[in-house]
Amino acid sequence: MAPVLELRNITKQFPGVLANDHINLTLEQGEIHALLGENGAGKSTLMNILYGLYSPDEGEILIRGQVTKITGPTDAIRQGIGMVHQHFMLVPVLTVAENVMLGEESTRGLVLDRKKVASKIRDLSQRHGLEVDPGIKIENLSVGVRQRVEIIKVLYRSANILILDEPTAVLTPQEADDLFGILRSLRDQGVSIIFISHKLREVLDLADRVTVIRRGRVVGEMQTAGASQAMLAEMMVGREVALTVDKETASAGETVLSFENLKVLDNRLHVAVDSASLEVRAGEILGVAGVQGNGQTELVEALTGLRPVQDGKVFIAGQEVTNASPRKITECGVSHIPEDRQEDGLVLSFPVYDNLIINTYYRPPFAKGMVVNEQAIVGQADGLIEKFDIRTPSAAVPVSNLSGGNQQKVIVARELNRPIKLLIANQPTRGLDVGSIEFIHQQLVHKRDDGAAVLLVSAELDEIMGLADRIAVIFKGKFTAVVDADDVSKEQVGLMMAGNSLEEALANAPKRTSKERAIVT
Amino acid sequence: MSEATSSATLPETKGAPPEVKSTRLRTAILYPILAVFTALVIGAILILVTDKAVVNAWLNFFDDPMGTLRLTAQTVGKAYGAMFEGSLNIGGIIRGIGAALRGEGTRQLAIALVPISESLTQAVPYIFAGLAVAFAFQGGLFNIGGEGQMLVGALCSVYIGFKLTGLPWFVHLPLAMMAGMAGGAIWAGIVGALKAYTGAHEVINSIMMNWIAIILSSWLLKVGGPMARPDVPVTPPVLPTAWIPRLFDTPGNRFHAGFFLALFAVWLVWWLLYKSTLGFQIRMVGANAKAARYSGVNVKRLWIIIMAISGSLAGTAGMVQTLAVDRWVGVGFSAGMGFDAIALALLGRNHPVGVLLAALLFGTLKNGATRMQSVAQIPVDIITIVIALVIVFIAAPEIIRALYRLPKTSAEEGPVFTKGWGS
Repeated sequence: MAPVLELRNITKQFPGVLANDHINLTLEQGEIHALLGENGAGKSTLMNILYGLYSPDEGEILIRGQVTKITGPTDAIRQGIGMVHQHFMLVPVLTVAENVMLGEESTRGLVLDRKKVASKIRDLSQRHGLEVDPGIKIENLSVGVRQRVEIIKVLYRSANILILDEPTAVLTPQEADDLFGILRSLRDQGVSIIFISHKLREVLDLADRVTVIRRGRVVGEMQTAGASQAMLAEMMVGREVALTVDKETASAGETVLSFENLKVLDNRLHVAVDSASLEVRAGEILGVAGVQGNGQTELVEALTGLRPVQDGKVFIAGQEVTNASPRKITECGVSHIPEDRQEDGLVLSFPVYDNLIINTYYRPPFAKGMVVNEQAIVGQADGLIEKFDIRTPSAAVPVSNLSGGNQQKVIVARELNRPIKLLIANQPTRGLDVGSIEFIHQQLVHKRDDGAAVLLVSAELDEIMGLADRIAVIFKGKFTAVVDADDVSKEQVGLMMAGNSLEEALANAPKRTSKERAIVT
Repeated sequence: MSEATSSATLPETKGAPPEVKSTRLRTAILYPILAVFTALVIGAILILVTDKAVVNAWLNFFDDPMGTLRLTAQTVGKAYGAMFEGSLNIGGIIRGIGAALRGEGTRQLAIALVPISESLTQAVPYIFAGLAVAFAFQGGLFNIGGEGQMLVGALCSVYIGFKLTGLPWFVHLPLAMMAGMAGGAIWAGIVGALKAYTGAHEVINSIMMNWIAIILSSWLLKVGGPMARPDVPVTPPVLPTAWIPRLFDTPGNRFHAGFFLALFAVWLVWWLLYKSTLGFQIRMVGANAKAARYSGVNVKRLWIIIMAISGSLAGTAGMVQTLAVDRWVGVGFSAGMGFDAIALALLGRNHPVGVLLAALLFGTLKNGATRMQSVAQIPVDIITIVIALVIVFIAAPEIIRALYRLPKTSAEEGPVFTKGWGS
């Protein structure tokens, strides 16, 4: 039997980049096929070609053995191809049913037939375990459920080839597990799935087969049954990758950051951080573990001067900096890798060299009085690009042209290149590929070994387990436990992240085996 | 240097890849030229279809095909000929030079230079007002209040200009100039402060400040009002000690030293934006205010500074016009120039040099339109339409691309001019 989908020699050239270079890919009936590659490897380009958003320069697409030309999403949908984008395409103020029928409205005369749609949705959700209420508005749904709506939308249009673009990037670990359950059940009912990811563990966990692409070329295709993480990582990056972080035991010095009874409000003026106290010492990495949305964002913003502190005190290197300005805090010797690199950390339209000085532009050598010293700025950039391995055609291109990993490296280069006492890193590797993650982790450990205190906030439990010397678990704005990383297992921390107390967690989860090393992808 | 070619959304870059550079060159220079050309062509069509004789000739085209075409060409030629004669008068200048070389004296040349001098003179307030809007745009603020700031600038400078007597010019003139700049700066600074401390949007408030300025001026300037003469609704004349000097004594030539002040302002704004740490902050706030705050910029304070500088530029537009050209102020002084300034910033892609070129174009077209009306009986409104079309084509480059079959490069980014909205 012909495969459900076959891509033959797909080639796509963009100015200066060969995004896809004679890519071949086959998708069999009822399989989950992972497409694995670093950011910028050409995964999204390939899928956009399949979905009709780009036309290939060369090559052909076969659907059930028939050569097919796909000229647009409508075409793709007609061929039974459905795509779930990383960023959801839903209208928040409309209900689930309304969103699902959008573009394909069922009507009775001039009136929308909501009942018919709702019953079809219920039918679909029952069949595939996609629990959702058709009458509820999207804005009231969690991210995980919104994704289910996207999948329903695709199934509603009778798709039997499902493409998911980095679907777990926005999900909590629990939501990701639910998603995997749904995808497996879809597969068992004959749906063929292309799963795009750069997370090795997910790929091994979920997919039946995997195709690895690097710099626009297929570098390998195999059954996941015989594959290992190390093997896939090496194929993906093109060299051996250290999946574990090499670090010596911390030699913690004096306290650099401390805060007491900190209370911070979120944007809706609800209490986000509630009487939190913590100390971070020089030469240690303190990891804040927690499911996203438990006050981490507000905590970091309060510590860096971006959000007012309602109550409590913050000290950095012995100096009180409660509600100090961001500039003042920076000048105390603090670096901040912000959670959202594009919103906070970078000025996307500025060239790379300007982004490397956005918090030091006013100081020599970058400024003499009021005059900007271009030579110094451009000169520094060339050095940092080399030292931090930022892949960019030149220091003058707008940073928006760089891939996510390289954008993050620009921030890391800027924040780690000056002498600091404290580094606050919030989700420093979110959405990055293995190569960049490895690099950034090494940099964090270096900074620790140089004697800086590091506050690492991450929703990736593996990252916390791999890097932190001490772990503080945050749940609903409170620190529920602060423990030595060596004393707890990943499962125990996971239980605490879900709201269990330290005692419960220690009693109900396996202990840390000696020399356990988390794998960091 | 690349500064002349860079656009508002793309910052100055040193050693950008050639592909990026050529794209930037194209959007910054080729598109405006094509936009102006296309607008003039459409203007010509409008001139033709509103001319009864031409329309009649075309209705009976086969009676006299050649005559119809000749009439068509003549009509357009006469209109645009008059416009360029009235605004540039290049032929006249060449003849004047010839006469001077033949030893017939320089008087003919001096008279021939009047139209181009007047175009430059009319461009001066446009340069300042356009810089005001472009500068605010670079900082992410939409200063739609140029009209009010110009008016306040003019009123402040005229007040010092006629009220203070007995001062030597080197005291009186700078005082009057500074009053105009300060007036505009305060008028716009209020808008900036309201945004910083209450979150009120600058577009709404600068429009409101326009109305306050306009109503205030009609009270001040009504017959017998606090600043008006007892018999006419205008201020007393500015004293000669506060005049910005005119540089030619040919009758009708109003070209004045303010033009050079405008060129200096172009350089100063360019330097501030691209060479100073203040400009770095301003552009950073304009491009991403959140990142600016993260990096330690006091965004609220900067909003006030941006508006104050922008307002002082707009105030200077009113001040120069008052002290150099009108030498008194009446009701309806700025006549929409503060709004034209938005178009100028758009046309000049928010770059000081672009604004300069756009202002020179505006000055030339407006000046030529007067002549076109008197010679060819073409209403000045045609030029208003041409200017409006230029703006449409600049704002929607897709039209130009489609008309001239220009390919779209992947590096091309659409200009973002209304960043101030919703921020």
